[in-house]
Amino acid sequence: MMKENLTITELKNKCIDLKKNVISMIYKAQSGHPGGSLSVAEFVTACYWHAMDVDPENPRWADRDRFVLSKGHTCPAQYAALAMKGFFPMEVLDTLRKEGSPLQGHPSMTKCPGIDISTGSLGQGLACAAGMALAAKLDKKDYHVFCAVGDGETNEGEIWEACGTAHKYGLDNLIVFVDWNNLQLDGTCEEIMPLLSLKKKFEAFGFEAVEINGNDMGEMVAALDQLMASKNGLPKAIIGKTVKGKGVSYMENQVGWHGVAPNDEEYRQAMAELDAQYVR
Amino acid sequence: MKFEKMIATREGFGEEIVALGQENQNILVVDADIGKSCKTGAFRKALPEQYLNVGIAEQNCAGVAAGLATCGKIPFVVTYAAFGSMRMLEMIRQEICYPNLNVKIACSHGGLTPANDGASHQAIEDMGVLRTIPNMTVIMPADAVAARRLVRAAAEFDGPVYLRFTRDKVPVLYGEDAKFEIGKANTLREGGDVAILANGDTVCLALEAAEQLAAEGIEARVLDVHTIKPLDVAAVQACVDEIGKLVTVEDHNILNGLGSAVCEVVAECGKGKVRRIGVQDQFGMSAPYERLMAMNGITVENIVAQAKALF
Repeated sequence: MMKENLTITELKNKCIDLKKNVISMIYKAQSGHPGGSLSVAEFVTACYWHAMDVDPENPRWADRDRFVLSKGHTCPAQYAALAMKGFFPMEVLDTLRKEGSPLQGHPSMTKCPGIDISTGSLGQGLACAAGMALAAKLDKKDYHVFCAVGDGETNEGEIWEACGTAHKYGLDNLIVFVDWNNLQLDGTCEEIMPLLSLKKKFEAFGFEAVEINGNDMGEMVAALDQLMASKNGLPKAIIGKTVKGKGVSYMENQVGWHGVAPNDEEYRQAMAELDAQYVR
Repeated sequence: MKFEKMIATREGFGEEIVALGQENQNILVVDADIGKSCKTGAFRKALPEQYLNVGIAEQNCAGVAAGLATCGKIPFVVTYAAFGSMRMLEMIRQEICYPNLNVKIACSHGGLTPANDGASHQAIEDMGVLRTIPNMTVIMPADAVAARRLVRAAAEFDGPVYLRFTRDKVPVLYGEDAKFEIGKANTLREGGDVAILANGDTVCLALEAAEQLAAEGIEARVLDVHTIKPLDVAAVQACVDEIGKLVTVEDHNILNGLGSAVCEVVAECGKGKVRRIGVQDQFGMSAPYERLMAMNGITVENIVAQAKALF
């Protein structure tokens, strides 16, 4: 397979498509996590349409790049990407969280094509991603592993244990994205568990870290390009300052939109707002 | 009863894992800084490219192993039973068993065998806790030969397996030609009066008890139920149908281990009587292994007594 070569404008529009699919599937399911799915959307889009080499016809292709959604509750973003890439038909998005659906409330690698590891219990995906990156080193393969971690998720000790493994084994093929939208389920990060400087923390754990606006496609692509080219034996971290609910005005920075589905009127407004954001 | 050789089952693991690693480079050891004690030293020396040590970070150890398994590796996570079950429990559930990944968790210091280490290191709940997780296989070999054979069987099996070894030496019961199959109990002695179902370091006690019972005219069938999940249901049903009197023996809490698993089958048979011997739902302490076993009634004398009480 070949990576896709989209312009920044094309990527921005792709991201709006993805966000509309996120809103639509959560609306139809009347269940799911819109806020964090929207804040991580630029990272997911940039991975699937810029950074990653995957094959929708052969989801378990051994040399593919891997994507681990450690913040598994925001899977609507990844499900939308997988459907749009052709891993499964777009209609399947309408089955989110329904009985018998491959699109479980949290990602299942045995049920959904394109999911590289099952996640959903916070703090665990990064260790799995490190294991995948380590397998590449052992097998002398050159694939990358991309892992999206929530800001609140870094409260979990296992995240930092995994960072130790990533550094010890020189996993410069591991790229962690921290979706720092600053809202956890029960409140702001400052209220629940202050994060201090995530960039300094990751650097202290031996990572090469950059801090960007995680909802700016240009900055995202530049960060991915820079870190993927950096073969210095250091694992990589992108600290993305983001806005929870980004792109839908009434959801932005609202802790209440962590795990709630829009009603009919909210749905129409969200889709209209996203439509207005296309770059012509 | 005279047992000639005494070897800790962790030694059997340490030996077999080297052979397996030499045969298949996808076999990895993932240690969490107690490899020396869990007998992975020879593997580390012989196969450094297949040896990983992630430090004192068991939760991460389980996750890293899961990630490796998705890429075709066969990682053996190695630590003590208390940590390899409960410290990393939810990671085993979420990242290993739920996706049904090919990760083996191989643990020394099972049951009361780390006697003088005290209760913190005596894993009396591990097999029961792991037995309740879908897709998990739970095994405790009875001796060093069984350990080698069952480690090999686990490596050849595609899916999560928990293996539990003894810290201390236990008698060698099996000959080199003994056969083992995951989920299939081994009949070590035939008898039609009472059935004694044991595993791990209690199998030797069951054999001794059977000899004493025989001296009193009671013939005991002795089963080594090395796999408590999947349980050899047919073997248990045969004990119920053909004998009807069962004693279970285990170096594990009487709750949710071998005894519980056997009782689940017997209850559904609608007949048969069972006496369970095991740790009496209490924490241990630093003390000699034999004393700890005696405090819980895990002795030859008590097996004999419980067997007779069924008549």
